[in-house]
Amino acid sequence: MQPADLSAIDLVAAVRQGDLSAVQCTEAFLNRIQYCNGAINAFLNVDRAGALACAESIDVRRRSGQPLGPLAGLPVAVKDALCTADLPTTAASKMLENFRPPYDAFVVSRLRQADAVIVGKTNMDEFAMGGSNENSAFGPVHNPWDFSRAPGGSSGGSAACVAADMTPVAIGSDTGGSIRQPAGLCGITGLKPTYGRVSRRGLIAFASSLDQIGPMARSAADCALVLETIAGHDPGDSTSLTDAVPRYTSLLEQPLAGVRVGRVPEHFAAGLDPEVAKGVEEAFAVLKAAGATVHDIAMPHAKYGVATYYLVAPCEASSNLARYDGAHYGHRASAKPSSAFESPLIEMYCRSRAEGFGPEVKRRIMLGTYALSSGYYDAYYAKALKVRRLIRQDYLDAFEHVDLIGGPVSATPAFKLGEKTGDPLAMYLVDLYTVSTNLAGVGGISFPCGFTKSGLPIGFQLQAPALGEPLLLRASDRFQRLTDWHLRRPPNLTALCTPKG
Amino acid sequence: MNASTSETQVPFTTIIGLEVHVQLQTLTKLFCGCSTAFGAPPNTQVCPVCLGLPGSLPVMNQRAFRLALKAALALDCNIASFTKWDRKNYFYPDLPKGYQISQFDLPFSTDGTLEVIDPKGTIGPCRVGIVRVHLEEDAGKSMHDETAGSGDTRIDLNRAGTPLCEIVTQPDLRSPQEARLWLNELKLLLVYLGVSDCNMQEGSLRVDANVNLHIPQPDGRIAKTPIVEIKNMNSFRSVERALVYETTRQWGVWQETHAEMGKTPKQTRGWDDPAGVTRAQRHKEESSDYRYFPEPDLVPVTVSSAQQAAVRSEMGEPPVRVRKGLETRWKISAYDADVLVNQGRQLVDYFEELATLIGDGKIASNWLQQDVLRTLNERGGTIEDFPVRPAALAELIARVNAGDFDTSRAREIFSEMLASGRSAADAVLSMGIAVIGDDELVALCRDILAANPKIVADVKGGKEQAAAGLIGHAKKKNPNINPGKVRTICIDLIRAMQ
Repeated sequence: MQPADLSAIDLVAAVRQGDLSAVQCTEAFLNRIQYCNGAINAFLNVDRAGALACAESIDVRRRSGQPLGPLAGLPVAVKDALCTADLPTTAASKMLENFRPPYDAFVVSRLRQADAVIVGKTNMDEFAMGGSNENSAFGPVHNPWDFSRAPGGSSGGSAACVAADMTPVAIGSDTGGSIRQPAGLCGITGLKPTYGRVSRRGLIAFASSLDQIGPMARSAADCALVLETIAGHDPGDSTSLTDAVPRYTSLLEQPLAGVRVGRVPEHFAAGLDPEVAKGVEEAFAVLKAAGATVHDIAMPHAKYGVATYYLVAPCEASSNLARYDGAHYGHRASAKPSSAFESPLIEMYCRSRAEGFGPEVKRRIMLGTYALSSGYYDAYYAKALKVRRLIRQDYLDAFEHVDLIGGPVSATPAFKLGEKTGDPLAMYLVDLYTVSTNLAGVGGISFPCGFTKSGLPIGFQLQAPALGEPLLLRASDRFQRLTDWHLRRPPNLTALCTPKG
Repeated sequence: MNASTSETQVPFTTIIGLEVHVQLQTLTKLFCGCSTAFGAPPNTQVCPVCLGLPGSLPVMNQRAFRLALKAALALDCNIASFTKWDRKNYFYPDLPKGYQISQFDLPFSTDGTLEVIDPKGTIGPCRVGIVRVHLEEDAGKSMHDETAGSGDTRIDLNRAGTPLCEIVTQPDLRSPQEARLWLNELKLLLVYLGVSDCNMQEGSLRVDANVNLHIPQPDGRIAKTPIVEIKNMNSFRSVERALVYETTRQWGVWQETHAEMGKTPKQTRGWDDPAGVTRAQRHKEESSDYRYFPEPDLVPVTVSSAQQAAVRSEMGEPPVRVRKGLETRWKISAYDADVLVNQGRQLVDYFEELATLIGDGKIASNWLQQDVLRTLNERGGTIEDFPVRPAALAELIARVNAGDFDTSRAREIFSEMLASGRSAADAVLSMGIAVIGDDELVALCRDILAANPKIVADVKGGKEQAAAGLIGHAKKKNPNINPGKVRTICIDLIRAMQ
């Protein structure tokens, strides 16, 4: 059996038992990356030497009988929005092309402490702004199921990486759907935990009140394994939750009997692709078969989710990205004095930012700057915060009646690269079903629930109340015990990929 | 200048409000663990958080919040039970994140007062309302290279993230002198509380002043001149000078233009200390839209009444209470109490120790003001390092009270104690001062009287002041004599001759 055929849980067990060395495991995936990444562009940086050195040290320790961490030997790909002390961290932006952080993100340190093997940094939409991965300054990611299609975004590199078996698990971040939507479009499982469950320290901020890091893997059980390691209180993140972290992997066994799953009828209104609708309804049927009950619920303010999100997120982003001004680090435009600027300082700011940021990042900075400006604040930002409270209240009300809310992740399967790039508004609507989770601060998971006739994955989303990760994982795991959609692999991938290097 | 108290009547009232930034006395910065010590080499007290590196997050320094709370409570402010942080967005190279974490619409405290009474009585008691006290982080320091032809600016981020307390007053001050007096009291209060060292040279206390004139019109209306904000004042003396200058300037402008508030925008002017003038700053430096919004990286802070009580209990006495205490306990004048208290808590402690040892506040106060403070002023240094400790000084004063030496002799002994660190007794020995017994002194006086019949005759004739001449003769015979005693003995002897 090839390492790529094993689940993360089995890989870790095999390494622990000595059936597979960490080096063998790491090499197998590195080779796969070398083979596939040229066509998919999921990685911005592969640390072959570092990964092998790390694997070697794990093997040495295992042979000498020293204790190993819970993820010993597990190759992990990390979204390039998370700081890594030994690898460039670019957020897929020209602005940070040559940036090397002096520190590891909290999640990266946790992974290292657990003896995971970090193999590289994955491609993404620039500063996590986008839903197709086409906003990367370093080229788009190709969906492993169809290279002409987008993998979704912004964690498109992490999703494609797992879908193409280049690593068993990957780390993503989700501000408005950036884990769940690409997981759905790439046919893998992705979890956005409750806001504050995983520390944001070292995550390059997009929208601080919405950003959350989470695991992406083939299965819910593998997500549970990774979440156990990366979740937990961090005194260095004031918004990090202090609640104890459950052993998620040990909470998967209980059956779903009596679990109430909400269904929002408006999710099935015009705009939802019929094949997606069918897949989602079939997923509800599977949950019923597992003993859950399904109830129609109302989320009256859900329709304002996208509008609210596209005020809150750009406002925070306009401030979070102010630090990239060319003064201290990152891209600085070369001096080219011109009378068009009122001072050399203003010129440095304007030209560095004009050259360093891509168009979508600029668009959102402008949106946010405008919405926060004096005279507009009350009409836009303050109002968006009010609607955000109403959306949060919708969730609280709904969770009085149901334990989970199910539905589609996105309205369509993976779309063609370039299909929406000319229409920013259409692109923003890909977040329709996912943004409210972030606005409410609750958790959500997406996993494959079927395929279109043309062979593209269809995603199903479950959302739970705050700190409801055990139930999210248990329900998804139960679903995956009853179905095999998550085990399917992109056909002919090996044939389609041209080896590189 | 208030028309009613001023000697030279002016036809307007000066309206002044202040914005004071005080650096809190913490070991570390407001949102990270970097040191706040002054004077380290540039950019050596920095970390990813205060450098604003990608992914770094702030964590509030609890001690800074407690200190700010202490200041607000001492200023009689209302403490909000819930307060939050906001981002003030602007671009500047010494602001690495592109925003300053501050407090906008929900500061942790509002509506306080601080009253100050001038012990000299030249200025009436002035009670100044506090609009708000809030907490924020400082920016770094830009050092512009002044060398000709070079446009370089160097940035030192050691200061970035240092905790600052901003205190905003109501426009309740009515003269530059009042403003200076009030600032002195504020500084004293904050130093007594241990909230800040208020060192203006090191930038621990910075003042901006808003000033305009209210001018009564013949029709009974009050015309108000445009408000000017003055920046760049490096001492309380400059604050007073800048305000005096600005008052005169605004009066001059008013007479020429009759421009009123609202018709022209608020102006920012910088104080040029060497030139003694305020200068208009470029319009662009004053009009900014800071796009404040709640800081999403920090959680709101709640303050319980128990927390308030805890801070109050560790607050210590404010200067106003210390002054009253000295007046009643030691029967010294309000003026003397003010002089002592203004020197700081340590000097008050020294005074109280000395007064207790000698059992007399007035004498202790005189010695402190005339000798100890004068010496401190000449030599510099602090009262804690002063070589003559209260016990040694009390011993010296006791000898003076016992009549062993006169005050001028005692001052010589005091100088010796200062220079050598000796006790009073040892200083007396080392200076070869032998105390003369009473019999010996009477014998000496008889000799002088015998040798100076002219003076004796004068005194007999009623000119007692002529006895002063005898003292010089006595000193020539023995430099250790107590002149007061010699005088008394001689006069008694002369009287006995009659």
